Amino acid sequence: MAAFWSDYIWPLAIMVAESLLLLIVLLLVIAYVLYADRKIWAAVQIRRGPNVVGPWGLFQSFADLLKFVFKEPIIPAGANKGVFLLAPLVTCTLALAAWAVIPVNSGWVIANINVGILYIFAISSLGVYGVIMAGWASNSKYPFLAALRSAAQMVSYEVSIGFVIITVLLCVGSLNLTAIVEAQNSAWGLLGWYWLPLLPMFVIFFVSALAETNRPPFDLVEAESELVAGYMVEYGSTPYLLFMLGEYVAIATMCAMGTILFLGGWLPPFPVAPFTWVPGIVWFVLKAGFLFFMFAMVKAFVPRYRYDQLMRLGWKVFLPISLAMVAIVAGVLQVIRG
Amino acid sequence: MILYAIFFYLFAGVCVASAIMVIAARNPVHSVLFLILAFVNAAGLFVLMGAEFLAMILIVVYVGAVAVLFLFVVMMLDVDFAELRQGFLNYLPVGAVVGAVLLAELLFLVGTWVIQPGAPKAIAVPIAAGISNTRALGLVLYTRYVYFFEAAGVILLVAMVGAIVMTLYHKPGVKRQNIGAQVGRRRSTAIELVKVKPGQGLS
Repeated sequence: MAAFWSDYIWPLAIMVAESLLLLIVLLLVIAYVLYADRKIWAAVQIRRGPNVVGPWGLFQSFADLLKFVFKEPIIPAGANKGVFLLAPLVTCTLALAAWAVIPVNSGWVIANINVGILYIFAISSLGVYGVIMAGWASNSKYPFLAALRSAAQMVSYEVSIGFVIITVLLCVGSLNLTAIVEAQNSAWGLLGWYWLPLLPMFVIFFVSALAETNRPPFDLVEAESELVAGYMVEYGSTPYLLFMLGEYVAIATMCAMGTILFLGGWLPPFPVAPFTWVPGIVWFVLKAGFLFFMFAMVKAFVPRYRYDQLMRLGWKVFLPISLAMVAIVAGVLQVIRG
Repeated sequence: MILYAIFFYLFAGVCVASAIMVIAARNPVHSVLFLILAFVNAAGLFVLMGAEFLAMILIVVYVGAVAVLFLFVVMMLDVDFAELRQGFLNYLPVGAVVGAVLLAELLFLVGTWVIQPGAPKAIAVPIAAGISNTRALGLVLYTRYVYFFEAAGVILLVAMVGAIVMTLYHKPGVKRQNIGAQVGRRRSTAIELVKVKPGQGLS
């Protein structure tokens, strides 16, 4: 019985506690990511942004949460009820599931599996189902058109993200996320991270991440001027909240992934005394925050792409470049390492 | 081992149940969604067997790409399933033969395993300890089976080119956007300064 306790119950309890902690911290961070997104957007347009609830509007996200939760969920009469309600759950759960393998500091990870990067890639490729199920189950024209657009868009940009990941993996020689960060640890600090040697791939990754998470300028899925609000037209209250949450968690995941693959994860920018004293998690949050700031600025600056231009960019520009880069990086590594 | 057994029966049970629902569901879109559930559970079984690389690739390729296209097609098609079901008895013999062949093959496999339990392991290449799953797969794929691997790649390439050739046709007289020409425009080619005399205009 004692062995049963120490072998099964105790590790399970620890894992549940870790997951809950991660979930709470992540959701709190997401609340302020949403706030930051609105504030940055407002600042670019010389507006104030949310500034009423709490000091400087800091509690705006929580007010929104309460508002969504206390509203009545409305299910359209012609909707396919089961799939309609399953879609937001799928979106939100999948987005949160990706965080199980993301290391935010050396050893700070719930599941240190040795195919970590493939796991994240697999989970984010499943994200399209939430959109496509919502679009179909709503039994309405705008959501369906939006879902078809979105599915094509996400599948297209996954291809180039896949090739970007392959180039990084070629340099590292491991699929483990912790190993990917450790491989960027060099005496050159900042300059040894992969953003510099793999700069074209970093740019492709960033733009593809925008498209993959349906952020502007690639938000054709919910283009309000054409599709009202895309696949979410028929949703309200808590199901809608789950979609929003899933979307922002997916954005946070992409920022974390960019940090791990190209910006050296939790490593300090200069491997000397005052910088190495700072805990790794601080560097990780700063880097991911920087990437999110770029996401938010792109939203404020860049006008929306036209759909055919989006497809052209994905298939005729990014795919050939990333494919060529895979061959070039493999060749260079073969020459250097012999 | 208790935990292993619990998860095995969970994944296997859901996998079989959703496979049954694929053919039992009335709505074709529900069928595809159950098919996806079956894929995901099969990936779970792969993980239990220690083949985590295969599990992830199964999800990325089948669930993330192939099943999306299935779902696309099924949503777009206007299938009248009541009509399809009327022809059920006509196709029953063919289906029964395919099912019987599959069952016989499974029985042979289980029979071999019962008669000589070591046989399946003898034909497999053993993985050396301390080598990760992905690495072991790569070591076999790019050395022992490299020609088969390349041949599979070439076949896929041919299929891809074939699909493009079948769907590609150039309609004459359609105006297309030439982004290279647009971006490559310079001031000299785009703007012309003309002195216009009053009362004459441009010819």
